[in-house]
Amino acid sequence: MHQYLDELEAQSIYIIREAYARVDPMAMLWSIGKDSTAMLWLVRKAFFGRVPFPLVLLDTDQEMDEVYAFRDRLTKEWDLPVINHKCPPEEDMDQTLPPMTRSAMRKTEGLKTLLTEHKFKGIVCGIRRDEQGLRAKERVFSPRSLEGSWDFKDQPAEFWDQYKTEVPDDCHVRIHPILHWTEIDIWRYMQRENIPLCDLYFAKDGMRYRSLGEKNLTKPVPSEADTIEKIIEELETTNRSEREGRGMDKETEDSFEKLRSQGYM
Amino acid sequence: MIKENKKLNAQMGVVIVGHVDHGKSSLIGRLLNDTDSLPAGKKEELESICEKRGVPFEWSFLLDAFQAERDQAITIDTTQIFFSSEQRNYVIIDAPGHREFLKNMISGAAQADAAVLVVDASEGVREQTKRHAYMLHLLGMQQIAVVINKMDKVDYDAKVFEKVSKESAEYLKSIGLTASHIIPISAHAGDMMATRGDAMDWYKGKTLIEALDAFGISSPPVALPLRFPIQDVYRFDEERILVGRIETGTMNKGDEIFFSPTNEKAVIKSIKNWPNDESLMKASAGQSVGITLDDRIFVERGHLGSSVKNPPMLSNVFRANIFWLSDNPLKVGNSYKVRYGTTEASVTVQSIDNLIDTQDLGQNNEAVEVMRNCVAEVTLRARDMLAIDSHEDNFRLGRVVVYEGYDVVGGGLINMDGYADQRQSAEPKSKNIYKVAHAVTPEMRAERFGHFGGIFWFTGLSGSGKSTLAVAVEREIFAQGLNTYVLDGDNVRYGLNSDLGFSPEDRAENIRRIGEVAALQAKSGTIVLSAFISPYNADRDKARAAAPNMFHEIYIKADLATCEGRDPKGLYKKARGGDIKQFTGIDSPYEAPMNPDLIADTQTNDIDTCVKQIVNYIKDNVMMNKHGDKNMGGEGRVVSL
Repeated sequence: MHQYLDELEAQSIYIIREAYARVDPMAMLWSIGKDSTAMLWLVRKAFFGRVPFPLVLLDTDQEMDEVYAFRDRLTKEWDLPVINHKCPPEEDMDQTLPPMTRSAMRKTEGLKTLLTEHKFKGIVCGIRRDEQGLRAKERVFSPRSLEGSWDFKDQPAEFWDQYKTEVPDDCHVRIHPILHWTEIDIWRYMQRENIPLCDLYFAKDGMRYRSLGEKNLTKPVPSEADTIEKIIEELETTNRSEREGRGMDKETEDSFEKLRSQGYM
Repeated sequence: MIKENKKLNAQMGVVIVGHVDHGKSSLIGRLLNDTDSLPAGKKEELESICEKRGVPFEWSFLLDAFQAERDQAITIDTTQIFFSSEQRNYVIIDAPGHREFLKNMISGAAQADAAVLVVDASEGVREQTKRHAYMLHLLGMQQIAVVINKMDKVDYDAKVFEKVSKESAEYLKSIGLTASHIIPISAHAGDMMATRGDAMDWYKGKTLIEALDAFGISSPPVALPLRFPIQDVYRFDEERILVGRIETGTMNKGDEIFFSPTNEKAVIKSIKNWPNDESLMKASAGQSVGITLDDRIFVERGHLGSSVKNPPMLSNVFRANIFWLSDNPLKVGNSYKVRYGTTEASVTVQSIDNLIDTQDLGQNNEAVEVMRNCVAEVTLRARDMLAIDSHEDNFRLGRVVVYEGYDVVGGGLINMDGYADQRQSAEPKSKNIYKVAHAVTPEMRAERFGHFGGIFWFTGLSGSGKSTLAVAVEREIFAQGLNTYVLDGDNVRYGLNSDLGFSPEDRAENIRRIGEVAALQAKSGTIVLSAFISPYNADRDKARAAAPNMFHEIYIKADLATCEGRDPKGLYKKARGGDIKQFTGIDSPYEAPMNPDLIADTQTNDIDTCVKQIVNYIKDNVMMNKHGDKNMGGEGRVVSL
């Protein structure tokens, strides 16, 4: 049963261990959402219950209260090495950007200050190919310049599970262990492994969050799904986009590309 | 109910390849649309994007997500998109068709279980059609469907389809691939994709969706011998856990596991299974596991676990059929880092054996470099002994990725045909061996004979002139009063080595024994002239190791064409006719010495000149007054009791 989940899991664990063997020092972005929490579970599987590198929340003080509460709970229960990294204020952002894109830029800038402060050579990040057309073009190991910019016109060759694990000084590599998972895979895995999850994903008063972002950028979608079983059922039939509730993707045709090319996750 | 089950199956990866503008992206857009796999509002979004650019509706914008791709209407990078048929879930991998983006095409295609090769009905097979097909072959792709696209543009003419279909099938056949299906389609109109349409009643085969559904998903190779490349070793508290992914085969708790290249072994004490405390009883190909051992042996990342009975070969040299992606050409003598499994090694390009033109499949064995986007057979030599499998034996590990600096610049399939397993126990089999100090020193012998002993090891292709020269040199220096003897096939193969054949292993053993005999003779004061093809550097190195200070490598140089032209014993003719297998230079490699002590070029010089050259060299090295720095041995030699 669910043999395909075993295969997804084994591939992700392979990638996480490969990163740990090759890239030092590294950290993982834990946004407290479903994807990075599932990924955190995979990390604990890869290292037999340990988490051998820091987990970073790029904090804009705009996360929802439930998200902060869930972070505190798991950090304590699982004894997690968490870095809460404050992002620069919105006034410091490029004011010519559309408002929601500008707000999302804070995370990008926060990531830059994180890299400068801690000199991380690797950042583990829980993006998936099925989320968005640009993420679909990503590599598992994706090099970035100091500025965080993504040279998407000249990505490294990547095949046979051999990755570009080394980058010049001043650069870092983004590692994407769950790139090959889909939204419904994450939910089925959450269900099978009984992974704890932030309550906001479950419907209350006919609404639920399908994708979790900051207060000002994310809206709930109509749904009656108040259990994992119902969420899976909902996803099996919907043809609505996962990031429907995420404003900054669609402010302009290329707003997400601009964000990503400048270092957004 | 069927729909429910299908969702729990693995996704099948299908890569869409083909020449630029033959309609790959449109095909994908149409496939998603016709199977109701697009998210709500996606088509409308694309319509508005096209309208904004003032271009007719273009499906390719679905996949070409970058602005640069949309603005220039080209696909730059590979992408993936998900869709389902009634039968199963798919990941469609779009691969760019421009020659410029071959590395992106490979990055996409390497992840696929099956491939669809798109050919434009009016243009037929073009440059990238061929190159992509060849890459599929190098990537080991087994399941291929060809679609002849844009049938609407040729009035759905069955004759056009037949012509292009024949052309495609012929090229695939010439590189050892077979298309399971060749389907006439129109991605624009949707014919023969999700539905048959009514324009091509003359075609009775499968639609594209039916063809895809008929392909199988590759299952993990559990039946092959165990290969467990060590990814890392974690020490937690008192426990030492070896982690990695089982590439092929199966392991059980309690099995003995053997590691290469160290030749260490231990018993698997447990297979960890967090968050449960209990060990797994068994794990198999595809699983990422962690194991503990009953013994504290030395194991680190890069070592390869196997069963004791069925280990990989050990070799410091291998051949690979590679594709090259770097702007800097690959050249003989260049060094690169290679990786396969978790092994990383430094290699030097020893030779470019064959440069293959993917267009006309022409072969060139004189090439000195491999340019970007080209394919070649190369011989790579490593500094250290590597645990290695042929691609034929192990498709997971028998493939190598080449790095230049930080970048992946090539990849290829390993071929060990004609190479011997160099795994040998370093210790002599007999334990009762003691050193005996000799009372007669080399100097005392030299004093009596007037010269030191030495080994003059002639190596070269069959027909290069080794035996002729050895015999002539022997006659010459014997006449000058020196003590000399020729070792050749006739006096060794019929006696000492009569139990050996011509397999790579037997040839290696043949040379090893000759090396030992030559060493004994040389130490007794004789000038030994040995005349054997001895094609492998590794074997000659072993012969040298028997008496390193007395060993001189003489390369008898003549190229294959010259030797084949001479063919004194008619052996080349037999080898070409298939009567002799594994004949050096024909279907078994010859590795020319990298730093020979002397080169006698029989292609440009006549026999007398070569004889004089060799005689002078020998006398320079053995005569008492010319003795120089070489330490001529004389340490107590081991004897077996």
